Amino acid sequence: MIENNLLSLIIFAPLAGAAINWFVGRRVRNEKFIGTIACASVGVSTIVAFYLAFKSGGALRSTEPLLDHLWTWIQVGRFRADFALALDRLSGTYALFVTFVGFLIHLFAVGYMHGDRGFYRFFAFLNLFMFAMLTLVLADNFLLMFVGWEGVGLCSYLLIGYFIDRKEAGDAAKKAFITNRVGDWGFVLGIMLVFSITGSISFFTKPDHGVVSALGTIAGLSVDPFTWNAIFAGGLTSVAVLLFIGAAGKSAQIPLYVWLPDAMAGPTPVSALIHAATMVTAGVYMIVRCSVIYTHAPSAMFLVAIIGAATAIFAATIGLAQNDIKKVLAYSTISQLGYMFLACGVGAFVAAIFHVITHAFFKALLFLGSGSVIHGMHHEQDMRRMGGLKKYMPITFATMLTGWLAISGIPIFAGFFSKDEILWQTWSAGTFSLPSPLWSKVLWGIGALTALVTAVYMTRMMVMTFWGSERFREKHDEHSKSIEDEHAHHVVHEPHESPWIMTVPLIVLAVLSTLGGLIGIPYALGSLVSDHPVNYIEQTLEPVVAHVPAGGSHSGEAHPADEVQWLSPKPQELDSAPPVHALEGSNATAGATTHAHSPEEIREERLLAATSVLIALAGIGIGWLVFQKRPLLQMPRIIENKYYVDEIYDATIIRPSEKFSREGLWKLFDVGVIDGFLHSLGDAVKEVGRVIRHLQGGFVRSYAAIILVGALVLIGFFAYFGIQAMGLVR
Amino acid sequence: MGPQLSWYLALSAILFTIGVVGVIIRRNVIAMFMCIELMLNAVNLTFVAFSSFFQDVTGQLFVFIVMTVAAAEAAVGLGIIIAIFRNRESLDVDEASVLKL
Repeated sequence: MIENNLLSLIIFAPLAGAAINWFVGRRVRNEKFIGTIACASVGVSTIVAFYLAFKSGGALRSTEPLLDHLWTWIQVGRFRADFALALDRLSGTYALFVTFVGFLIHLFAVGYMHGDRGFYRFFAFLNLFMFAMLTLVLADNFLLMFVGWEGVGLCSYLLIGYFIDRKEAGDAAKKAFITNRVGDWGFVLGIMLVFSITGSISFFTKPDHGVVSALGTIAGLSVDPFTWNAIFAGGLTSVAVLLFIGAAGKSAQIPLYVWLPDAMAGPTPVSALIHAATMVTAGVYMIVRCSVIYTHAPSAMFLVAIIGAATAIFAATIGLAQNDIKKVLAYSTISQLGYMFLACGVGAFVAAIFHVITHAFFKALLFLGSGSVIHGMHHEQDMRRMGGLKKYMPITFATMLTGWLAISGIPIFAGFFSKDEILWQTWSAGTFSLPSPLWSKVLWGIGALTALVTAVYMTRMMVMTFWGSERFREKHDEHSKSIEDEHAHHVVHEPHESPWIMTVPLIVLAVLSTLGGLIGIPYALGSLVSDHPVNYIEQTLEPVVAHVPAGGSHSGEAHPADEVQWLSPKPQELDSAPPVHALEGSNATAGATTHAHSPEEIREERLLAATSVLIALAGIGIGWLVFQKRPLLQMPRIIENKYYVDEIYDATIIRPSEKFSREGLWKLFDVGVIDGFLHSLGDAVKEVGRVIRHLQGGFVRSYAAIILVGALVLIGFFAYFGIQAMGLVR
Repeated sequence: MGPQLSWYLALSAILFTIGVVGVIIRRNVIAMFMCIELMLNAVNLTFVAFSSFFQDVTGQLFVFIVMTVAAAEAAVGLGIIIAIFRNRESLDVDEASVLKL
């Protein structure tokens, strides 16, 4: 435990930026001033985060987390929640890419939002979001994490509904907020259950402050048996499932994903920052942070894997048929988040975080690229009215090209390594979290199929946008719907390249999307070129996540007591275990398959990697062949209409609950019970008053008589009891 | 055998009761007023009797206070009675059951 007060600067710099922009910026209304404040405050966070992570003894280099205990927030009985921040290897990794990508997106937004009336409001909210997101990441206990969790939800709501003059933006904001409430319900119950099981909600043990880690306590418990009944037993499986409901809401997994595509009604930098790179990966962060809970609840892990895989393929197919460039990316985001949950579900927590990072790079790049396209096309989002843009926007085209190759999974580019790692871990997953070995192959198949579909729809998007005929000069189809209809009917403008403040972040992100994957080259591939390949991401994160036991028993067998020792002990203790220099020498107790490196496994992994490359190339090939000739090809109606999920939700949940609220809660309960009670109370008072007002007739002598009677009653009372009392005394 | 304490108390009770009954049954406001004075003086008599019985002068002090208050009350009360009579040309309290004319 190392105290470092600099840590609070990471979260409070953006908060200060938000306050200045809200109170001062609204009066100044100078874009230079507002933009500088916004970018500088995030810049300060970025610099501090990098300094604290990489300085000697910094979070990523030391085995101990950095702590900043600001104050004890709540203390009631045994319950204790601190306002305290912690930077360990996991939150450090997250803080680095959140601040850095956030900074780039702030920069981009200065150019993108140029000339907007609510400039100050936008950046105040954006800075507030950074504050909330960093609080979420750096929180050292569940409750503070939940504060950040709600904070990002609020900022997401504010920024989706940023265009306050558009109804669909407001509707989308409400949809996002309400859908997230469902998830938060699970999260809060999960936190309560964690407290009731362990008596603590802290992530870390802090002897100075008398705090014991909840996760450390859980590491000492026995594993829940692999049965569906375990979910309702109030044990760790319930905790894991409830926390996953929270994660599914925030990270847009089936069945709570419906808000994310609609959230694209917000400005594009918001989509890039909140709905692609950072906020939506908070669910993955939370699950990895609680990985020790999941490794004690294999049936919950199985659920996570199933939901993740289903979301991945489901969203990818929808992405195939969208015509709005941002909608394609939105479904792509959901699909990639599915991959991350699949990784969590099979116990590959490091791979999930790795994919979060590379995804933050390439998806932020793609979103900002689409923002640049939308900006250059004068707020046109429909890809059917684009085409041939590579001539007009060379930098945007070149950078998006790298994003496209990265997400498709072409080697060297970042997405290849992380996606391949997830697919390999899924393929080689033991039977700890899966009921039978067949499941790992099935899930791998779904993942591979998703990879193929991903490559196809991304190719379609690129082809429709940058290649082919220049459709933006054509007469607009009056029936086609576009969010920006009012702009679209203006005279056709020539598309133009964006200013430097937008292209520079694109270029930086393009470089990261190309090279970012090199921090996590798996041994099987790294050993092709080097004798001692270093997998930096795994080396960094392996000590702070829990591991599933290699052999893993399942199917309802109770785990023998000695097997508990296979699970990683609490993260704090593990920190000191692995030597930082050598991959092979990693934690013997980890027992994860990644460390085995047997020749057969290496061959198998290389074979799978080659398969992934072939799948990616096939996807791009299919996309190219189909859409190069006919970019406007009509897609099957059912996927174009998103499998009618919104309509199904509308019919099965929204309308019945509306009806229940109207007929039951309003007309029956509110009008009948609540109003009825108050009305009868009022009537009763009126009735009593009608009777007793006759006492006050204005006749002086009746008043005198009442006084007399009252006096007699009082005197009689005291005389009676006085005599009795005296009688007792005597 | 001279007068006992109980004689004074009995006389005081009789006077007080006459006052109470008078206030309740009489409609003439002057008569009611006189009955109120009667009640006050019945109480004064009690005070004096006890003062003499306990050989304590405090009771007589109270009598002076009560007499002062009664004098002030008589001044205000008679003023009100005159005002009422001017407005209503009647001294019947039952006719003055509402404040407005």
